[in-house]
Amino acid sequence: MSEPLYTLKCGKAGCFYPEYERKADLKDQTHYCPGCGHGITHKLMAEAIDELGIQDRVILVSPVGCSVFLYYYFDVGNVQVAHGRASAVATALKRARPEAIVISYQGDGDLAAIGSAEILHSANRGENITVLFVNNGIYGMTGGQMAPTTPVGAKTTTTPRGRNVWNDGYPLHISEVLSSLEGPSFIERVALGNPKQILQAKKAIRKALEAQIKGLGFSLVEVLSPCPTIWKMDPVEAQRYVREEMTRIYPLGAKRDRLAEAAPRPLPEAPPPLEEIPRLLKIDTRPSPPSARHLEGLEDRIKIAGFGGQGVLLLGQLIAEAGMDDGLEVSWLPSYGPEMRSGTSNCHVRLASKPVDSPLVTRPNILLAMNEPSLRKFLPDVADGGLVLYNGQHVPEDCHRPGVRVLAMPFAEMADSIGSAKAGNIVMLGALMALHPVLPDEKIDGALKRLVKTERWLELDRAAFACGKNAALELESCHA
Amino acid sequence: MAKQLVKGNEALMKGAILAGCRAFYGYPITPANEIAEAAAAYLPPVGGVFLQAESEVAAINMVFGAASAGVRAMTASSGPGISLMGEGISYLAGAELPCVIADITRGGPGLGNIAPEQSDYFQVVKGGGHGSYRTLVLAPASAQEMCDLTFDAFELAAHYRNPVIVMADGFIGQMMEPVEFPREAKLPPPPEWAVLGDARTRPNLITSIYLEPDALEAHIRKLDAKYQRMQRESVRCENYMTEDAELVFVGYGIVSRVLKSAVNRLRNEGIRAGLVRPVTLFPFPTEQIRAAARTAQTFFVVEMSTGQMVEDVRLALAGMRPVEFYGRCGGNSPSAEEIVEKAMEVMAHV
Repeated sequence: MSEPLYTLKCGKAGCFYPEYERKADLKDQTHYCPGCGHGITHKLMAEAIDELGIQDRVILVSPVGCSVFLYYYFDVGNVQVAHGRASAVATALKRARPEAIVISYQGDGDLAAIGSAEILHSANRGENITVLFVNNGIYGMTGGQMAPTTPVGAKTTTTPRGRNVWNDGYPLHISEVLSSLEGPSFIERVALGNPKQILQAKKAIRKALEAQIKGLGFSLVEVLSPCPTIWKMDPVEAQRYVREEMTRIYPLGAKRDRLAEAAPRPLPEAPPPLEEIPRLLKIDTRPSPPSARHLEGLEDRIKIAGFGGQGVLLLGQLIAEAGMDDGLEVSWLPSYGPEMRSGTSNCHVRLASKPVDSPLVTRPNILLAMNEPSLRKFLPDVADGGLVLYNGQHVPEDCHRPGVRVLAMPFAEMADSIGSAKAGNIVMLGALMALHPVLPDEKIDGALKRLVKTERWLELDRAAFACGKNAALELESCHA
Repeated sequence: MAKQLVKGNEALMKGAILAGCRAFYGYPITPANEIAEAAAAYLPPVGGVFLQAESEVAAINMVFGAASAGVRAMTASSGPGISLMGEGISYLAGAELPCVIADITRGGPGLGNIAPEQSDYFQVVKGGGHGSYRTLVLAPASAQEMCDLTFDAFELAAHYRNPVIVMADGFIGQMMEPVEFPREAKLPPPPEWAVLGDARTRPNLITSIYLEPDALEAHIRKLDAKYQRMQRESVRCENYMTEDAELVFVGYGIVSRVLKSAVNRLRNEGIRAGLVRPVTLFPFPTEQIRAAARTAQTFFVVEMSTGQMVEDVRLALAGMRPVEFYGRCGGNSPSAEEIVEKAMEVMAHV
């Protein structure tokens, strides 16, 4: 390891490491080119951190680009992230540790191109983070490709004939774009074109950090910064370019300053004690009820189908809930997605005395068809010896199957006569429990109580259940 | 404790919170939405963060941020969203950050459809992102396991400092079954390496960049040693009637449930069938599958895809036994009846 050429003893900010141990070599100097604006921006940021006394609290997010190695230099908590995602990562760091001061340091390729969605939404949410946005109008680390911020006409490795607006669009004014949002509390564009501009940059960075310390929300400082190497200029010429050319394209000044009137973001409330968590998750912490009874050999495979809105899924859920309460093994599997909003809907219910193997019902022994298309679609699948209940006046001529009992009753009409056609599903449940009495009435009633939201509907559903049960029993006695 | 009839997706999120998850960042997608909705309902009251991100890309990077700060964090999505998260998952693995990612799979490629498929196996198990990394993958087959395996996923993620993916098909996510939740909630303190924004953790650094080839190689070797340790320590597998099986099915997730039904029916027909169900897809139960070959003459892999896991079964058996395959896709699922029929055909030729 070589001896440092020179070690700065005075005036170096305290939140810089004394030596850059994380660098492979040249541990006394940065990896930046002579005249690069990152060095100055680092210094301004470091001084602001020192002055505000926040070194221990800072979490610095390094981007992808020339400043990927921020963590070589800053003696703070460091997180290095993917290209463009720094403000998303910073969002979650801050949400996780509201007391931390989270700084997202990003270049113009990182922030204004690949990370444009993340910065827009972080700003719009008013995340209480500080973003240092270093704009040099070019991709530096990858060797000088066009950035969204590259001036019109500028030659880069990917605009060899100069940036052409018809092909490449216009320089992106990030500070102005973000200032159109409600979320940000402070946005200022500064430049590193001369000492006066640099002093103003320092003030802006400090102000942005103070905004975060006070909890006032999203703050961003855009720093117009020289890149002499890629611009193929000497450092003095590059600084002149910043001062005279870049500031014409990107006017300096505060674009948003609501620090006087912004209210601090509320801090999260203290979490509840751990013992409270199960209750807050609505977990039933009562001991298991003793199994009520055992229906040996019960293996019901129930398919319920109809139009969306006929209560197909709820009917299935009621059977599964009541079955579970009765100590049976159960499963409920819905068709899901757009089908739920229109068209057909169906669900599979298993009720069994032994653990359910497959929750998919492909050969039902019970089919509950709320409409004719469902009857026609699923009748061929019903197992021999099965039972089919169909919501209609009579079974269509061609829907009889030897070995399968198909029974038609106008369930929706019956429900309508006692208050609402919507309770047709519960009338059907009543009929099913008359013809295939595997669940006790009180378990059905318990399931209704849990799943039906209002007292009025609960009463209606109870009446509907009784109505269906009685009608089916009557039908049975006529047959007998 | 009393059982509750709960959707798989909801059971997953409750299991996560009981395991100490206090941050969820996600983006809407069917059939995973109930997970985010449960997170939105239950995380803020327990002192956690729920945020709907602007994209899956942002969501996984927010998980990166929360994990960096030592919070047990997760996201949930389905195939198209997991594709977008590939970059972030690679970074999480590279930076050795623990997190849990739920993939409730649907039909692909492209927009495909929202019906269940198992076609994310390659993407999730082999790694959809760049670089030499692995994620531990758990494949629940019931609502109860959505809770239990997600609970375990947080422990495994913390233990290995690695992302863990809970991969379930849309059926497992959407169906309701009785679930008995763990009695007690956990909330472990942040790990030593986390960056908390305080004096103690100021020296900590989270990164996945190693500029020097020797340094990166050493890092990759260290990661690889960890993946090999997973292979030795964390394989999980369920065997069903394999002791004397001449025909051994291999299937995971919802397919394993249908296969149990098929095994029962084939046993009634006098065919000694059994099932090996991988619970971890990485690490893969290679040894358990080889062990089943002691009695099995034929292996029969069933998937809801055109055949992805079947490659791992063939690798495990290394030509020792014939491996048949039957797959349905597009949102169709194989029925026990059609599997029995296919198996009878296969056995007729043995």
